[in-house]
Amino acid sequence: MLYKTITKSDFEHLIDFILEQNEIIAPRKVGEKPDGTPIHQFLPIEAFSEMDLDYSKTEYSAKTYFLPFRENLSTWSFGDGGWKQDIQYRQKPRAIIGLHACDIHALLKLDKVMLKGPFPSPYYKARRENTVIIGMDHEPCGSGFCASLGTDILTHGFDLFLTDIGDRYFVAVDSDRGFRILSQVPLAEVTDEDRRRYVRARAAISEKQTIKVHTRNLPTLLDLTFNSAVWEKWGSKCLSCGACAMVCPTCYCYGVKERVCMDLASASKVKQLHSCNLVDFAEVAGGHNFRPTREHRLKYRYYHQHRGFAEAYDEPMCVGCNRCGDTCLAGINPPDVIADLEQENP
Amino acid sequence: MSVRIHSYDVNREFTMGHPVDYTRRSDLQNVDHVFKAEITNTVNLTEHEKLFHIRILDPTERDRFHFHPGQFVMVVLPGYGEVPISISSSNSQRGHIELCIRKAGLVTDVLHRAAPGSHIGLRGPFGTSFPVERMRGKDVLLIAGGLGIAPLRAPIFYITERLGDYGKVSILYGARTPKDLLFDYQYEAWRRIYNVHLDIIVQEPDETWTGKVGMITALLEGMEIDPDNTFAIVCGPPVMFKFVCARLQEMGIAMQNMFVSLERRMHCGMGKCCRCNVGSTYTCLDGPVFDYWSVINQKEAI
Repeated sequence: MLYKTITKSDFEHLIDFILEQNEIIAPRKVGEKPDGTPIHQFLPIEAFSEMDLDYSKTEYSAKTYFLPFRENLSTWSFGDGGWKQDIQYRQKPRAIIGLHACDIHALLKLDKVMLKGPFPSPYYKARRENTVIIGMDHEPCGSGFCASLGTDILTHGFDLFLTDIGDRYFVAVDSDRGFRILSQVPLAEVTDEDRRRYVRARAAISEKQTIKVHTRNLPTLLDLTFNSAVWEKWGSKCLSCGACAMVCPTCYCYGVKERVCMDLASASKVKQLHSCNLVDFAEVAGGHNFRPTREHRLKYRYYHQHRGFAEAYDEPMCVGCNRCGDTCLAGINPPDVIADLEQENP
Repeated sequence: MSVRIHSYDVNREFTMGHPVDYTRRSDLQNVDHVFKAEITNTVNLTEHEKLFHIRILDPTERDRFHFHPGQFVMVVLPGYGEVPISISSSNSQRGHIELCIRKAGLVTDVLHRAAPGSHIGLRGPFGTSFPVERMRGKDVLLIAGGLGIAPLRAPIFYITERLGDYGKVSILYGARTPKDLLFDYQYEAWRRIYNVHLDIIVQEPDETWTGKVGMITALLEGMEIDPDNTFAIVCGPPVMFKFVCARLQEMGIAMQNMFVSLERRMHCGMGKCCRCNVGSTYTCLDGPVFDYWSVINQKEAI
């Protein structure tokens, strides 16, 4: 890994350079909650000033730019008693600025599902390959427990990653593409003083990570508590709304529907993100539902994130951002649910 | 000064002239490709089930389409949707397949109304298969309950086409009522073969039924098997294969030598939509055929 430093004003110039010919998606303040805390989302920006890099956490993750909520997988045009199928994977190049470490970890986990197994997804790959990732270190977000899952530290998965060291940014460069972009502004070599400041900055961030969730033995714990009353307790609160999956940076499950054009001349195969908490998730033709109750479905969500996925991909699917907990209307959140499971077998 | 992020074209990953891999484990461009096929004939089996004879239209695609017994295809009806269906025929006829389909939802309802000559799409084949090669030289128990005979027909054909390579072959089939028995026109052909033993049972007989009455497990009572030398393939609803496999275990067959086929909701067939997820596995990639140990080792599999 290459490390450089740039001044903060040069970073601003860099964003302007990229904006001249490319789309940029960055955290923007879109409103305030009743208590005055700002609401941020990843949205396209037109100018550097629209970006708010001092954000703590966006409501939605940047997943939507890689796995859009709704996506056309193929288009059918009918005629002559048959059909033609058209499939498009194209994606215009763009950059996403200001992703935090947990959100970049989420992309690395999605890569394992979407690219590294059999049947790599060309739809995902087109978006991933055409998106420059410029990440950024930040103060802990408040409710997240990323440190417990090791997703507060990054070693790869970005083009550039910035850490604020006072008047300058300490920049980790992880791709040739990133290096070429960065080279548009004056770069400085890392000095001993920069190194000391970087280590201090990282240490200060780590110290503020106070939320601890015991995840080390979680896979076995989830097996042992499979029939526990804890699931009834939390399942009975669950509204089966699926909001947790919508805001989750790693939830990838979906459903496919056909949409027929009004003139019956064409139709499209449309993919739409789903949630394992929705009632029809595991329902099969004929009406049998493999997970008929809210309790079954909530348990499956935790079980898949921390047990099933961990077994299949050697790491849990959860990155600890706690967006699901923040957004849940019923107050279901991973730290409390996991703490309850631990109480079951003290 | 300005920066232009270079565009990356996924389509370029597909090298021209490279042979098309119809199992599509690695071919990005063909991930969502649909084979055009034609319903050449239909066979009415019961009130709710029909057998469809299907031929892939393009001769090159037809020659290269191959599957293993136990695998499934996604049947695509553009404008209506897709459904996962186990292939129910011999894999020796390339590009010609038979699908036994129950009328149970939107897509299958439309299929049941389709006349021979109608065009449909196919994606696949997907999933794991019964290890019929590993069973060579051994005795084989082929056990089906209800619609489970549909996926079981593929290994039945595979084995009956190579009977010299296998030991004793037993086909045990149970259904709820005599009217639910599928492929009754084939029993006589199987029954006449020297080393094939066919036994059929129904739970609720009608006045015409003269055969055995009871649960499928009753057919295993008193049966002599050589447990170290016997493989079993069990297809049917979970409650059925749970009891059958428990009985086979008592008879001494190792769980790794019993194979079942799971049914789940599927939207992709490629390990992406997650709808068929069971524990740590996707039924579409790691299944639908699992050995019985893997089934009891995953939560919620049965």
